[in-house]
Amino acid sequence: MVKLYIPRDTSAIALGADQVAQRLARETEQHGEALEIVRNGSRGLCWLEPLVEVETAQGRVAYGPVASADIPALLDEGLLRGDRTHPLCLGLTAEIPYLKNQQRLTFARAGITDPLSIDDYLAHDGFKGLRKALQLSAQAIVDEVKASGLRGRGGAAFPAGIKWQTVLDARSTAAEPQKYIVCNADEGDSGTFADRLVMEADPYMLIEGMCIAGLAVGATQGYIYLRSEYPLAERILNEAIERATQAGYLGDDILGSGRRFHLEVRVGAGAYICGEETSLLESLEGKRGLVRAKPPLPAIVGLFGQPTVVNNVLTLAAIPFILAEGGQAYADYGMGRSRGTLAFQLAGNLQRGGLVELAFGASLSELLNEFGGGSASGRPLRAVQVGGPLGAYMPQSQWDTPLDYEAFSAVGAVLGHGGIVAFDERVDMLQQARFAMAFCVAESCGKCTPCRIGSTRGVEVIDRIIAATDETSQRNNLILLNDLCDTMEQGSLCAMGGMTPNPVRSALRHFSDDFHRQSNLSASPAAGEKEYA
Amino acid sequence: MSHVSDQDLDSIQGIIEQHKMRPGALLPILHKIQGCLGYIPLQAIPLMAIGLQQSRAEIRGVISFYHHFRTTPPGRHQLQICRAEACQARGARELEQHAQSKLGISYHQTSADQAFSLDAAYCLGNCACGPTVRIDNDIVGRVDPARFDQLIDQLAALHAEPTQELN
Repeated sequence: MVKLYIPRDTSAIALGADQVAQRLARETEQHGEALEIVRNGSRGLCWLEPLVEVETAQGRVAYGPVASADIPALLDEGLLRGDRTHPLCLGLTAEIPYLKNQQRLTFARAGITDPLSIDDYLAHDGFKGLRKALQLSAQAIVDEVKASGLRGRGGAAFPAGIKWQTVLDARSTAAEPQKYIVCNADEGDSGTFADRLVMEADPYMLIEGMCIAGLAVGATQGYIYLRSEYPLAERILNEAIERATQAGYLGDDILGSGRRFHLEVRVGAGAYICGEETSLLESLEGKRGLVRAKPPLPAIVGLFGQPTVVNNVLTLAAIPFILAEGGQAYADYGMGRSRGTLAFQLAGNLQRGGLVELAFGASLSELLNEFGGGSASGRPLRAVQVGGPLGAYMPQSQWDTPLDYEAFSAVGAVLGHGGIVAFDERVDMLQQARFAMAFCVAESCGKCTPCRIGSTRGVEVIDRIIAATDETSQRNNLILLNDLCDTMEQGSLCAMGGMTPNPVRSALRHFSDDFHRQSNLSASPAAGEKEYA
Repeated sequence: MSHVSDQDLDSIQGIIEQHKMRPGALLPILHKIQGCLGYIPLQAIPLMAIGLQQSRAEIRGVISFYHHFRTTPPGRHQLQICRAEACQARGARELEQHAQSKLGISYHQTSADQAFSLDAAYCLGNCACGPTVRIDNDIVGRVDPARFDQLIDQLAALHAEPTQELN
């Protein structure tokens, strides 16, 4: 029987994968051909979605991007045999350079397996890490994670092993001692979708990673805090947790070891700030997502006041490999203090947007050009924002910076979670700076003044710069903006207010032409200025 | 305040009873109520306050904190347009202007015929294939103004047909 793969993935479905699957099933049925359609995860080659693959003796042959209307012609030209004459044929999937040139550790299975099939997961090294962890002491698991050099993949890059050690060493103060593993799946940053890909393409890897974390620190309850914007990931995760529990990988007696770990998905409610770990914990407790002052660290006083590991999806997803292959195998990738691989996400105005997992150390321009293929619009790229809406805008002169936490930091940028959003020459950086402030207005939790009020004043000051009709007023407002950025950076309680100045200042520093448009400076009265007075 | 039937109040009470013992129960309860009725009627607040032993102000404070929760009934279709940077780089700023004029409403509004509610989203996770729109539970990628019109017209036609038959 012919086996076809059509992703059940948000991006693929957003581009018509369901219609493609339905039409293929219908057309082949009419021709009386037996067909098995597997709804796999996405390979992460987003620009080729929906990517249809057919299994052949040589390996899987890919076609994409396939529209439902292409199907009759594709079938006529031997899609089911893997014939390669149709222009949409991409040859063997594994040979597509975009995929072949990656170093996939975390995403090794993505798109290959049926996300919900435990058999598929086991056939591709699944649960090897968990079996290994069950043989080890808690301290030995933590030591393995320390040896890997893994740092938090959510953006802050804090060493995961040290966080785990803190929770392992912390004593629960509850009447019935309890510690928690919380997975931060509130992937709110624009330009990031790697967490979603993990959850939709390989959910058992996350489950396995969380279970190992539980064994490592002595936690028996885990929560995945998932954003409400990911309805498909919610369905897939819940189904996977159900199946994993039935198969004995979760529950009261993990694989007959007598060890316990329970897992539950909790859905957020559209608040960006809940991606900040202490706000997330408040939200999990059923409260407004107000940021907590630190210390105490969540590792010591976390969820419901108990010691809690809060890790990003990709941090936890890296754990099964580290346990299965050893921390050193992971640490062998990377450069400097950035060990292992990072899942770069190419987004925005790029011809070939998608997921690129690479060891740290490549350059941004390699990603933009060799993988991304330059702009989608055909116009020159002008600005690239790395690390989400709180990351800096980088001009072309910085695109040779090695992809490494410290190297980015040295040029005043943020590597963060590796989300990369490219803009072509039409971008107005003054508007992007304004948007950064406006976003902070919309999403600030409101607890601290520099973030809550500072962002509102930031929008106003930028509006006055836009409206300025004489150079003095413009200069004064730019000074004021800079001052405001200082206050937000130094006085905010968390990264929301503290990092909002990153996009604003980098836009000012590297794209100052957009802030000094002579066309603004006509002889008319200074409307914005008067309003202010 | 919109009318809430006794049956709806019973469903709300049922949801509260079923979930109130879960740790951090309020968000799951709010999700269930909104999932069931499309919004959280203000009449549900005292019921939750009693069930969870919290003040009405606390419950209301939580509802108002989160963009996702609404206290008025939505239109038949809920639209969200992604306003975040990756979609901006692909034309989302033009799309949101277009969408608002096409529907004749701004963000956080529902059209007069109750057909559409429009809201902004800051990232729907389809960042490589924007601009992105969410229609109810479906995410749609590469939505330019023409595609947006097509999607809206399809939905409008869906509801127009039965009326025509009645005529």
